Amino acid sequence: MRTTTPRRRRGGGAWLVNDFRTPTSGPLGEEEDAGTRGKAVTMTKLAQWLWGLALLGSTWAALTMGALGLELPSSCREVLWPLPAYLLVSAGCYALGTVGYRVATFHDCEDAARELQSQIQEARADLALRGLRF
Amino acid sequence: MASVEVSCTPPRSRREPEGRAQRQDKYSVLLPTYNERENLPLIVWLLVKSFSESGINYEIIIIDDGSPDGTRDVAEQLEKIYGSDKIVLRPREKKLGLGTAYIHGMKHATGNYIIIMDADLSHHPKFIPEFIRKQKEGNFDIVSGTRYKGNGGVYGWDLKRKIISRGANFITQILLRPGASDLTGSFRLYRKEVLQKLIEKCVSKGYVFQMEMIVRARQLNYTIGEVPISFVDRVYGESKLGGNEIVSFLKGLLTLFATT
Repeated sequence: MRTTTPRRRRGGGAWLVNDFRTPTSGPLGEEEDAGTRGKAVTMTKLAQWLWGLALLGSTWAALTMGALGLELPSSCREVLWPLPAYLLVSAGCYALGTVGYRVATFHDCEDAARELQSQIQEARADLALRGLRF
Repeated sequence: MASVEVSCTPPRSRREPEGRAQRQDKYSVLLPTYNERENLPLIVWLLVKSFSESGINYEIIIIDDGSPDGTRDVAEQLEKIYGSDKIVLRPREKKLGLGTAYIHGMKHATGNYIIIMDADLSHHPKFIPEFIRKQKEGNFDIVSGTRYKGNGGVYGWDLKRKIISRGANFITQILLRPGASDLTGSFRLYRKEVLQKLIEKCVSKGYVFQMEMIVRARQLNYTIGEVPISFVDRVYGESKLGGNEIVSFLKGLLTLFATT
């Protein structure tokens, strides 16, 4: 029999990813509620993106075309008109910057490789003693 | 750690050896192999070492897909050396998919947790006790090894490979928001029933299969914990990342993007 307390999630420190579920279900309740939990209606990621883009796009279009009858000051309009281009460029810069930074800081696990090599030697010797023919 | 003893004091005062009341967790490692004659004994040795040092109840299930290089013969020798309760052989006739290998292996798994990993020594068994600790800590359904966080990392990758990997990971995170940092990794611990359910739902192959498992897990509201791991690229044998892999990765990514 298992006796685990439902532990409260710790915010910091732990590599905790999913925070969207309250920690209610124990190991025993898993089988039943997995089925019902899956039924929550959600949009596909593609639909979410399209909705988001459509919303932003139509807002921008409405403002620049003056469809709402708003008389925006001309300085505002000058900023608004090329805004999508600016956003696109800055998103691209963000992507390149992030990927570049992550490539530069990608750990090279030299120690892990060395440790593995020495353990391989050890394993070979031990396995040979136990009569393994490689 | 913080487990509460449910003390059901029996009326009769029989002093039986302790430990019977609490069901012991058992971990079944699934090792799908194809032409891993060199690596298989080494990975098994490392697994046995890691498990016995930390006193974990385990079994290793080797699913060899009819390797022509004699992997099966080596596996049989290992079974003799370590005993058939620890090394379980479930060979198949020919090379079939990874998903079906897991299903095949799981049919005979007696553990309540399943660990999946590559047999080519890129995943080191020393991380398994950390996976187990992490699982208990948050009562997670899945614990995934990650190369992209904390002390995680890789060895043996050139700049091009790193850029592709980081780039692919970035795009995946943006498009799918999966709630885990390493989607293409295949060093994970699952509750047995969770893995069973996920495999039923997953349709893709290769890299995308691992990715889909996490995406589906999120759909089903399973919880995922992560442990940083070091990934040492294949010591023996060829590692592959060709144009074909990239194309099929992108296809799979877009499929998941449009359908989940």
